[in-house]
Amino acid sequence: MASLKDLRARIGSVKSTRKITSAMKMVAAAKLRRAQTRAEAARPYAAAMRRMLAELGAGTRGQSGLPTLLAGTGNDRIHLLIPLTSDRGLAGGFNANINRKTRDLIRQLQAEGKTVRLLPVGRKGHDYLMREFSDLIVDHVHGSGGKEIPFSAAATLGERIAAMAEKGEFDVCTVVYNRFQNVMSQTPTEMQLIPLALPANDTAASADAPVYEFEPGEEELLSSLLPRNLQVQLYATLLESAAGEQGARMTAMDNATRNAGKAIDRLTLKYNRTRQTNITNELIEIISGAQAL
Amino acid sequence: MPIEVEIVSPEKVLFSRAVEMAVIPGLEGDIAAMPDRAPMMLLLRGGVVELYENGAVTDRFFVAGGFADMTATRCTILADQAIALADLSVADAEKRLAGLEASYDAADKMDVPALDLLMAKMQSARAEIEAAGGEAVKAA
Repeated sequence: MASLKDLRARIGSVKSTRKITSAMKMVAAAKLRRAQTRAEAARPYAAAMRRMLAELGAGTRGQSGLPTLLAGTGNDRIHLLIPLTSDRGLAGGFNANINRKTRDLIRQLQAEGKTVRLLPVGRKGHDYLMREFSDLIVDHVHGSGGKEIPFSAAATLGERIAAMAEKGEFDVCTVVYNRFQNVMSQTPTEMQLIPLALPANDTAASADAPVYEFEPGEEELLSSLLPRNLQVQLYATLLESAAGEQGARMTAMDNATRNAGKAIDRLTLKYNRTRQTNITNELIEIISGAQAL
Repeated sequence: MPIEVEIVSPEKVLFSRAVEMAVIPGLEGDIAAMPDRAPMMLLLRGGVVELYENGAVTDRFFVAGGFADMTATRCTILADQAIALADLSVADAEKRLAGLEASYDAADKMDVPALDLLMAKMQSARAEIEAAGGEAVKAA
């Protein structure tokens, strides 16, 4: 049976753990709010870009000789996967979900006889994939480091991917990331970046839709919009993933705080019972000692 | 009748208001967005967007390239980077330009797309210096 001193020490240590987890929860809550605002602030740009792409894409549908970023290489042989994870742990199943999904996807693609390449973003995903698939990793980017994500980070990553696409280093590019549903739940989602699925254009279909003029030309516009769109999409997923990370951490730390509270209650009860037993035992010893005289 | 102008950068919406006219630095020359114009999409060069109300300029923003989508009632400017003119810094832009010129000299002269990109960035940095300098002189 644990001595009173042991129990006191354990209660003390669980209490300090609870302090840490509740502090982490509050930090995550504050960061989550900021991450959500940023994700919302980035939406108008992405929406306007989609509108322009839909307009431009309507005219090019079915043509040949389209840019690689739009139409891909025409093959479906080499797949580039980009799993987005965080740099830091203690966020519940946030990273594990992405890692599992990525692993399943790799196995599935390999079973179909396709070549897989990996470009993990974030330390946690990289560490995990290094163990099993180190020969597939072309490069890695260590994520945002928990700080705010500048657009330039997404821009650099987008330029890399665009350059690889131009050189024909892969045929299909897919991002695996945690889609932010709400604070409690993030869904691991895969999104194909290249070839691009053009948004349907509903305005061009109607007869009275205005006819656009393009300057310089349609092709030039499209060829500068596409890399930009890639960066914007990446940026959006990075922001969603960052918001999801904070949400997951907040939920995980909330649970941890609650569990610590329960553990403290249980230990305190045990401590009090042990103390009571000790007192009773001492009394019995004293009384029986006195009776023996 | 005013026209709705929006200046959007990837990170946020900088400006969204109805104005009389917006002058936009198109790749092939400045273009004014006014109500009831024919719809148009254009590429931007680095330069200054000027917003007019009652015949006078009310706001100026520097944009480092991007796109614009104009219709009869609305004009959306998708800037790669947009900064209010008052917040520009000549020193920063000059440092960036020096860096770009160095990488231009070092770049492979056969790699035309990369050179074009660097040229566009240099043009944008020069326009930024000009825009920042112009403002500084006016303020003095």
